[in-house]
Amino acid sequence: MDFGFKISPSSAVNLDNADLTLYNRLCEVEPDITRCMACGSCTATCPANRFSGMSMRKTILDLQRGKGKEVVKMLSNCMLCGKCSMVCPRGINTRHLILSICKLYKEE
Amino acid sequence: MIYQGKQKIWADYQKEIPDDHWFYVRSCIRQNFFPGAEKMFLEICRNVLHKDFYETASHTTCGGIAYHCDTIPQETVMTIVARQFALMTEAGYENYVASCITSFGNYIEILETWNEFPELEAKIREMLWKACRREFNKPKYLAHASDLIYKYRNLIAEKARYRLVNRHTGEPLKVVEHIGCHYSKMFPSKGVGGAEYPYVLCGMVESWGGNVIDYPERRHCCGYGFRQYHVRANRGYSISNTHKKFESMEPYHPDMIITNCPGCPYFMDRWQYAIAEMEGKTYGENGFGIPVFTYEEVAGLVLGYDPWDLGLQLHQVAVEPLLDKMGIEYDPARKYEGLNRKDILRPELPGVLRCC
Amino acid sequence: MKENILIIGGGIAGLEAASQLLKLGYNPIIVEKSDHLGGHVAEWNRLFPDMTPAEDAVARLVSGTTEANIFLNTEIAFVNRLKDSYNIMLTNGISIITRILLFATGFSLFDASKKEEYGYGVYNQVMTNADLERWFNTGYDERIPEEGPEAMGFVHCVGSRDEKARNSQCSKVCCITAVKQAIEMKQKFPQAMVYCFYMDLRMFGKKYEDFYISAQRDYGVRFIRGRVSEVSENIDGRLIVKAEDTLSGKPVKVTLDLLVLMSGIVCNPGICKTAGQLSLPIDSDGFLKSRDNIMDITDSSKEGIFYAGACTGPKTVPETLAEARSAALGIHNYILNGMK
Repeated sequence: MDFGFKISPSSAVNLDNADLTLYNRLCEVEPDITRCMACGSCTATCPANRFSGMSMRKTILDLQRGKGKEVVKMLSNCMLCGKCSMVCPRGINTRHLILSICKLYKEE
Repeated sequence: MIYQGKQKIWADYQKEIPDDHWFYVRSCIRQNFFPGAEKMFLEICRNVLHKDFYETASHTTCGGIAYHCDTIPQETVMTIVARQFALMTEAGYENYVASCITSFGNYIEILETWNEFPELEAKIREMLWKACRREFNKPKYLAHASDLIYKYRNLIAEKARYRLVNRHTGEPLKVVEHIGCHYSKMFPSKGVGGAEYPYVLCGMVESWGGNVIDYPERRHCCGYGFRQYHVRANRGYSISNTHKKFESMEPYHPDMIITNCPGCPYFMDRWQYAIAEMEGKTYGENGFGIPVFTYEEVAGLVLGYDPWDLGLQLHQVAVEPLLDKMGIEYDPARKYEGLNRKDILRPELPGVLRCC
Repeated sequence: MKENILIIGGGIAGLEAASQLLKLGYNPIIVEKSDHLGGHVAEWNRLFPDMTPAEDAVARLVSGTTEANIFLNTEIAFVNRLKDSYNIMLTNGISIITRILLFATGFSLFDASKKEEYGYGVYNQVMTNADLERWFNTGYDERIPEEGPEAMGFVHCVGSRDEKARNSQCSKVCCITAVKQAIEMKQKFPQAMVYCFYMDLRMFGKKYEDFYISAQRDYGVRFIRGRVSEVSENIDGRLIVKAEDTLSGKPVKVTLDLLVLMSGIVCNPGICKTAGQLSLPIDSDGFLKSRDNIMDITDSSKEGIFYAGACTGPKTVPETLAEARSAALGIHNYILNGMK
């Protein structure tokens, strides 16, 4: 029956259901990804960010929450300019990381 | 679950509840939602336990719904409440008991605010005098009606004809207790048992033979939330909350739900129908829902009052499966007879949720 | 005759101060309320960041105090101020006249059951940082399954930075303790999923940041930025933990088999009476107030009364030891300068 309103799905991130198979495989290839401390420098400096919402910080967070689809979509906005690698205080090779992510996640 | 751990917390949140002489104020909406509940409260207090409970026809709404819907300012609610206190003072009472949880929360919030800002209390006294030439004393004790039934729970158990026990298996009934948010979430020290593990309803259930279920979303709001339900566009939000609670309690197979708020039992009862229609899902046994009761109704059942005199025919979820479990006798033919055997007509039966 | 110096507290601050005072030729007397020396550290297992066994550290400190008078299971019954000294009656009936008192009274761990929403003492699988250290030491705790937890979490800031719990201060050592304990759990149970729920990670000390990076990179500890709001138990007796994943701006929910609450450092309520008898001022954070929080941290505002360690606020082990040495030197100079 249509009452004119619906039960909305929960917006909560359920960590129990996060599928980390791909993320764990990625960690083997790119162990530096785990060093990210979510400072946001990469996003702040990203030339694609203001036009497309591209954010390396969010990409890494989504990977850790098992959201592969969102990651692949977001990375399609990346121009591979390498500015994020320059600013990362942890020295994560983000450019290399992006390529590894694309390779791994697009295979699936 | 470590029961003693809860007992330790319960011991920290005990409030003084005088035994007798109370000024009773009804709720705006409970008489429509659960018409037998408040009548049963007075019946139990006055005629079963022989206590002095006074009420007056001059009592009005406390303004809580309008306040929580953001349609009137707090000073207006305060003046309305000041008038209720004036009625209590005029009747010669010092102990004030509210039937409604939101009223109870309102009263506490207002008394605490006056405590912190005495100049506001002075202003309200002046406004009340200008409005209707009344003066008031603040209540010495403020209680919610469930505090009183909690206090009398063992007296009720002594006089009980039925217990919250499955007659067929001899097992205690599995009971979900749900506390209204405004009972103790705003002021945990004002509720029996506090806010995280409230004891007011647990105490009744334990005293009357049932087993309380502690499920993950126990502390979650029922979803009513005034603005959420009253604005139609927000109703999806309201029912989503209720849905979340039912999904969380489902694995425990509760036999019944006991509540102490006007809105909670209504929405937990009615939304079971709406969820069944939307999702095709029911939460009780054999296509029934989980029966939802006010604590007065449960006290009435335990004391042996006729379910139809308690107004249980106005519930959406059929109560009969629970009555059968408890071994309570009832006449199915009398279900839709009102006062003086007047025919109150039969409702249309829903498509998914099984009803009697 | 050697000068008597009464040290209240036989924890690491009291022990280190006693050892230094012995070397300087004084007669330190340690009064310890419990039945053992070493205080909280003696109940810990290993110390960050080099995983030093706490037992070894305490043993070394105790070995430096063999010449000191030590009264265990003893407290201060009352204190009388004489003209230029203090007459102190102990609960064991002994009275001591001393011109110098050193408070090395330490801290108390926040009582985690006060945060009712976390269910310490109510839910079976909730423990504190101290409980976990005890398990590291004894290997016995019913809350930890033999095969290890499938998933577990650490809740930072339990009773710290919490105005409602009347502790607005940061307890300083819990962040690094949680990281240390998370690594230790991963070492014991590599298959376990280990989460840390934090508001900020305050990795201020030597090698702490390296420790944190190692927890992420070498051990795969998952850090969720968000304070746990509520814990409940599901039908299988596992814990449901709710927080906000503030980095994604969404509520987060996870089912765990074990939750460790990082109880913070609060002032030791046991010293209030003695501090009151001596009219010692209390700072706004509830700890004893130093004469100056920068220049004179080990001095009180009263003649002949000194402080060392966590009685003036949360401290790490090396900070406490440094303060104990500093207080010993301060006492020495005070005596040499004719009690001025």
